[in-house]
Amino acid sequence: MNAAWTLIVVLALATAVIKGAGPAAVGGRDLPPRVLRVIALFAPALLSALIVVETFGGPGRSLIVDARAAGLAVAAVVLVTTESLIGAVVGAAAATALLRLIA
Amino acid sequence: MQTETTYADGIRAGVPFAVAALLVGISFGVVAQPVMGAGAAIAMSVFVFAGAAQFGSTAVLASGGSVLTAILAGVMLNARFLPMGIAVARALRGGPLARALQGQAIVDASWAAAHLGGGRFDRKILIGATIPQYPAWVLGTVIGALGANKLGDPKALGLDAVFPAFFLGLLLEEALASRVARVVAVTGALIALALTPFLPAGLPILIASAAALLGWRRA
Repeated sequence: MNAAWTLIVVLALATAVIKGAGPAAVGGRDLPPRVLRVIALFAPALLSALIVVETFGGPGRSLIVDARAAGLAVAAVVLVTTESLIGAVVGAAAATALLRLIA
Repeated sequence: MQTETTYADGIRAGVPFAVAALLVGISFGVVAQPVMGAGAAIAMSVFVFAGAAQFGSTAVLASGGSVLTAILAGVMLNARFLPMGIAVARALRGGPLARALQGQAIVDASWAAAHLGGGRFDRKILIGATIPQYPAWVLGTVIGALGANKLGDPKALGLDAVFPAFFLGLLLEEALASRVARVVAVTGALIALALTPFLPAGLPILIASAAALLGWRRA
C-alpha cells in the first residue's frame, strides 16, 4: 500500500516536471541533437523490453511461452491490418482468454 | 492567412482518443486494483495521467520489483515527453510557468494531432484534444478499479495480455518512425530477455533502456 502511494506521488511530480521542462526552458535554446535522439529512443527501448518481459516472463526469473504469446501475435496482426490500438488490446485479451478456456 | 483553429477543433479531434482512453483506462483499473487497491489506482490516473508509465510502473510492482525500480521505469517511460515538450515549446504562450502548465496537456495522441508538419504545432489542438481524454481516462479507471471484483479473475479474461498489446501499439508508432528506433527496440528486447533469468524483476527492463544510447551516434 505504502509502495503504491510513494510511486504515485513521485511519479506524478516527475511527470509534471518532465512535461513542463521543455516548454518552460526552451525559448530558442536547444539541447544537442544527439541528446535529444537518445531521449527520444528511451520509449522504443523500454516498450519492447516491457513487451518481452510481460509476454514471456514466468514465475521467479523463468521465461515461458504461454497463452499471452498468442495474444501478442493477435495484437500484432490487428495493429498491422487495422492500426486500431483498442482492437489490438481487446483482441489480445480475447485470444489469451479463449486459449486458456480450451487448453 | 490560414484560418484560426479553436479549442473546439481540438476537442473534436480528441473525442476518438477519449473513447480509446476510456477503454484502456478500464483495463488499467482492472489490472492495477489487485496490485495497489482501487483508491490508489484511481489516484494514479488522476495525478499521473500517463498510460504507458502507469501500466509499466504497476507491472514492476506486480512482478515484485521495488518502489524505486517502479518509479525509474515510470520516469523512463515518460522521458519521451521531454523531447515532445521541447518540440511544442515554440507554439505555447506566456512566461515559463504558463508554458510549463500548457505542457501538462502533452499526451501522445494530442501531441500527434497538434503536429502541423515541419516541426510546427497548434497550441489549441494540443490542449483541446486533451480536454476529453483526461476525464475519460479517470472515468475508465474508476469503472475498471471498482468493477474489478465483479469482472472475475483477470487471467481468465486474458487481461494480463493487455499490457503487452498496449505497449506493442505504442512501440509500432515509435518504431515505424525510423530505422534506428527499430534497431533500438530489438536491442532492448534482447537485453531484457537475456538478463531476466539473472536479475531481480524490473532491473532487466531498466538496463534495456541503455539501448537508447545507440542514438548517440546514429541519426
